[in-house]
Amino acid sequence: MVPINYHLILSGILFTIGVMGVLLRRNTIIIFMAVELMLNAVNLSFVALARQLGSMDGQVIVFFVMAVAAAEAAVGLAIILSVFRNRETVNADELNLMRW
Amino acid sequence: MEHAHAIVPTVVHTVSYLRFIVLFPLLGVLFNIFLGQRLGRKAVNYVAPGVVLLSFLFSFVAFLRLPQDGALVDTVWPWITSGSFHVDFALRVDPLSAMMSLVVTGVGFLIHVYSTGYMAHDEDVARYFAYLNLFTAAMLLLVLGENLLILFVGWEGVGLCSYLLIGFWYTDDEKASAGKKAFIVNRIGDAGFLLGLFLLFWSLGAKGVWTLSFSEIQAHASALSVETVTAICLLLFVGATGKSAQIPLYVWLPDAMAGPTPVSALIHAATMVTAGVYMIARLHFLYSMSTTALAVVAIVGAATALFAATIAVVQTDIKKVLAYSTVSQLGYMFLGLGVGAYTASVFHLMTHAFFKALLFLGAGSVIHGMSDEQDIRKMGGLKNKMPTTYGTFLVACLAIAGFPGLSGFFSKDLILEEAFVSEHGSWLLWLVGTVGAGMTAFYMFRLLFVTFWGETRASPEVAHHIHESPVSMTCPLVVLAVLSLVGGYFTLLHFLSPIFGEPHEPHVPFLIRYDTTLASLIGIGLAYQMYVRDPDMAERFGRQFSGLHQLLANKYYVDELYDAVIVRPVVAASNWLWQVWDTLVIDGTVNGAAQTMDASGLLLRLWQTGNVQNYALSFLIGAVAILGYYLW
Amino acid sequence: MVSAIVFTPLFAALILLFLPKDDEEGARRLAFGASLLTFVISLGLLAKFDSGTADFQFVERLTWIEDFRIQYHVGVDGISLFLVLLTTFLMPLVLLASWGDVHKRVKEYLFFFLLLETGMVGTFVALDLFLFYVFWEVMLIPMYFLIGVWGGPRRIYAALKFLIYTMVGSLLMLVAILYLAYQHNAQHQNVTFDLLQLYNLTLSLTEQKWLFAAFALSFAIKVPLFPFHTWLPDAHVEAPTGGSVILAGVLLKMGTYGFLRFAIPLFPEAAHAAVPIIMALAVIGIVYGALVAMVQPDLKKLVAYSSVSHLGFVVLGLFAFNVQGIEGAVYQMLNHGLSTGALFLLVGMIYERRHTRLISEYGGLWKQVPLYASIFLVVMLSSIGLPGLNGFVGEFLILLGTFKANPWAGALAVSGVVLGAVYMLWMYQRVIFGPIKNEENAKLVDLSPREVAIFVPLLALMLFMGLYPQPLLTRMEKSVEATLKRVNVLRQASPEQSRRAQYERFPNRPPLDSPVILSSSKDDTELKH
Repeated sequence: MVPINYHLILSGILFTIGVMGVLLRRNTIIIFMAVELMLNAVNLSFVALARQLGSMDGQVIVFFVMAVAAAEAAVGLAIILSVFRNRETVNADELNLMRW
Repeated sequence: MEHAHAIVPTVVHTVSYLRFIVLFPLLGVLFNIFLGQRLGRKAVNYVAPGVVLLSFLFSFVAFLRLPQDGALVDTVWPWITSGSFHVDFALRVDPLSAMMSLVVTGVGFLIHVYSTGYMAHDEDVARYFAYLNLFTAAMLLLVLGENLLILFVGWEGVGLCSYLLIGFWYTDDEKASAGKKAFIVNRIGDAGFLLGLFLLFWSLGAKGVWTLSFSEIQAHASALSVETVTAICLLLFVGATGKSAQIPLYVWLPDAMAGPTPVSALIHAATMVTAGVYMIARLHFLYSMSTTALAVVAIVGAATALFAATIAVVQTDIKKVLAYSTVSQLGYMFLGLGVGAYTASVFHLMTHAFFKALLFLGAGSVIHGMSDEQDIRKMGGLKNKMPTTYGTFLVACLAIAGFPGLSGFFSKDLILEEAFVSEHGSWLLWLVGTVGAGMTAFYMFRLLFVTFWGETRASPEVAHHIHESPVSMTCPLVVLAVLSLVGGYFTLLHFLSPIFGEPHEPHVPFLIRYDTTLASLIGIGLAYQMYVRDPDMAERFGRQFSGLHQLLANKYYVDELYDAVIVRPVVAASNWLWQVWDTLVIDGTVNGAAQTMDASGLLLRLWQTGNVQNYALSFLIGAVAILGYYLW
Repeated sequence: MVSAIVFTPLFAALILLFLPKDDEEGARRLAFGASLLTFVISLGLLAKFDSGTADFQFVERLTWIEDFRIQYHVGVDGISLFLVLLTTFLMPLVLLASWGDVHKRVKEYLFFFLLLETGMVGTFVALDLFLFYVFWEVMLIPMYFLIGVWGGPRRIYAALKFLIYTMVGSLLMLVAILYLAYQHNAQHQNVTFDLLQLYNLTLSLTEQKWLFAAFALSFAIKVPLFPFHTWLPDAHVEAPTGGSVILAGVLLKMGTYGFLRFAIPLFPEAAHAAVPIIMALAVIGIVYGALVAMVQPDLKKLVAYSSVSHLGFVVLGLFAFNVQGIEGAVYQMLNHGLSTGALFLLVGMIYERRHTRLISEYGGLWKQVPLYASIFLVVMLSSIGLPGLNGFVGEFLILLGTFKANPWAGALAVSGVVLGAVYMLWMYQRVIFGPIKNEENAKLVDLSPREVAIFVPLLALMLFMGLYPQPLLTRMEKSVEATLKRVNVLRQASPEQSRRAQYERFPNRPPLDSPVILSSSKDDTELKH
């Protein structure tokens, strides 16, 4: 059996990649994908720990997260699409209408 | 005339007809306001003097029914009750107020009659009589008030009427200003009066006597300490200097001559200006307790008497001469009060009411005849054209000059003798008074000679119109002339003894006995020399002492001084307070607080870049910080 | 009956909303009728008022928010009775004046006025601090709109300044009210906002001082006491005539009423400790307001600053802590409502005709509008406190009381009486006397019968209150005495001793000078029941 640490380290690496993606990339779609990556990193650690502790709670939460992520993906992509239709760009730097 | 210990008129007889004395003129006010304009001049001319005549009759009834050693009191309604403070709207007639109310309504009635002639060509006659009736009511309230607060109501009321009547011809800014000045200067005095009233009330209250009623105050005055009484008397005296035009608050009276002449006669000569004298006479038992207060009153009175007389000597406006003469005569009354000669002072108040009202009415008759000219340098030779006016004016001049046998002689002589012999008097006060008396005789006869004697100096068209006044005006003149002639024989000494105590004849040195006679003869003679026998002499003197002449003609520059020292600095300070302090400092602070909020908002919103990734970075930093906090 | 007075205007305001938009005449009549009805009902209070007791009368008590023991608790005593009457008396007159001065958005104007009346009456009758606070804030909103919509050129600035300034004060008061409620919970194991129960609260001097400061600041802004007065001239100058009348006539009284009803009896020792400061501010206000009023070129600003001066007298009287001072102060509140209200009406009427308020634009008006000038004269005399008119009785009693409490303050305040005559007479002279300098003024028309009808009741009341104050003073007497007793009984012992005594009665309280602790475990359990 693969030790639990391996899973957690992998999860950490994936999460960090996701964070870096959100912070550094300018393309909204990539940012969005990076967010998904973070979610899945967390899912990974949930599953691993569920297995380790022999509890179903973690797995239930993972299902829950996946459902939410699916909904989020649908809404998020729709927003990005309509933003693209209006502004003809998905570059995060140019989407600063909320700025003072 | 040392006052034996004063008898307090303690027996109070309750009656209910005194209120009518005040009520009738008030009805006249209502009539004039609401119906006067509609019913026309004729109705007004009958109603306005008529109500005053009714008042006079009621005063006379009260006078006749006056009980020996007692007073009539009419409590109309309870006015103000607040805690231990209680004041009734009550009127009181005792010998002093009976005499005052007879003078007020008697002289008042004559002046009302005179006014119907004097104001015959003025379109606003209803308004005029409304004010004049209101004045009569207020003055009656002042003299009949049973307590200090009702006296104060009348006191302020006459001030108001004075304001309205001085500025009666309101379209003239200068006249309106004169009215305002009178009211404000009086208010300064009233402030002192109020403080005196408060001090009196609470000091008596501390002794368990909660009252402002005169008889109660008199009964318990001895419980007060001399220091307190001195403070009370001096504060009340501040009020008297305002109302009775004494140094330093006399400045309004000469300006008050802007009003119609009958008003000057009634308010600014015969009645209102004597209110201060009346008030001190009313509270004489307090003043008698304090030597200091009496001394202050005497000194201010004597100083005013002389000071105003010197100004009167060089004035060329007929009414201004009379105005300064009034200030000076009031000074005599205060001198009398200050040396404890209350009866003499009140006596002079009465005779002065007769002859000074007569002088003003005579002056009014002259002004009327001269087509509103008031400068005596443009008059002259009126003797033959206005014989009645001249004759009565002559009587008044003799009376005020203290010519033996006429009313003024008796009262003035009494005051001067008392000033010399009284324990509160001194030879200096006497000397000042006597010199002033000589000057009075001089300036009054200067006025008489310049106005009525010699050749006319009026322009031909004015001279052509000169005429004797109508009967409605000359009639009061004659009545007042008779009173000025014989008024000196109404000796009030015994009549007022229930108030001021039984007088006894003062022992005066031989020379002092004839001081008034001498002073008046010298004054008259000097005036005759300077203005009749050698008319250039006055001119020569004026040139020789031009500095002094300037000083006097400009009334010692007191108005200018007040303007520079008080009025201007206060206005400048107020402007500064408004524009710098209020607008910049206080409001600036308020707006500054608002602007600080605004600026911090501006600063904080820089944080909101609108860039999602910046927000995400702050999340991360926050998350790491929290994590770090728990791990370490 | 009290509730009827509070809610009749509100009810009418709601009906008003359903009237057709262009029926201005109907709306005006409805509003005027409703305010008149309210006045008539309030006369019933006067008729049935029992002057023999200091207790609150016509009390109505309903539970409002049960969990916090917040009640709808209203009633009047001899102090609030006349302030309610003043409000209901002025309101019909103001609405009668609106025929002349309001021509845009009439319906909304009337709606806000009626709402304002509910707020004002409610504030005067509320006996529950929470209810009081609600009414206090309800009052602000209509006034904000009245200034902001129907005001002059700088109306937005003025309205915002009025609103925010007042809010700053009242929020501090809210904190203090909450603290009182919690403190009651700590002492008596129940939360209450009921004023009468809170009167019995025992507080340390330090607590009292802080709470008094919070209340006093709120009221001082409302009064307005120097130096919190700068919102007033702005608000007055920009407000429409009716707004100015109500602002000066009633809203300013909220501050002085608040002192008398809340700040002083709730925190008597702190009030005593604050006397020197407040008296000083009041005296400064009297003199300062008068001086600044004297040099104002704008009629409304002059009257506004004169209010600062007059309200200084009222505060001075309140803090004299004797019967004369307080009765005089209450009387003066009514006087100021009448005479300053009338002054604003007069200024408004001349403004309608000439569209300027600059004194220098006028002069010689008596010739042209004698009726206007005569009424102006009487109102002015009432304002400067001439004996025989209402102003004198109040001013006299205040000064009498103050002189006892502090002769120097009394002496300085008397100078305010002199200055009052100066600025009023000078203004009157420049406006009414003199020759007509401006051609425009030669075309002025005198007052219409409607306008005269506004002044007749005002002048009649001025005369009545000046000549026969007794009916009013008698009804105030017991309540004033009760307030004074509350203030002065605690005063008998020295502050240190009485604090000690209170502390011993409630040994479970925190030490006297310990910091304020807002919550305790007991509160939570108590609240759940």
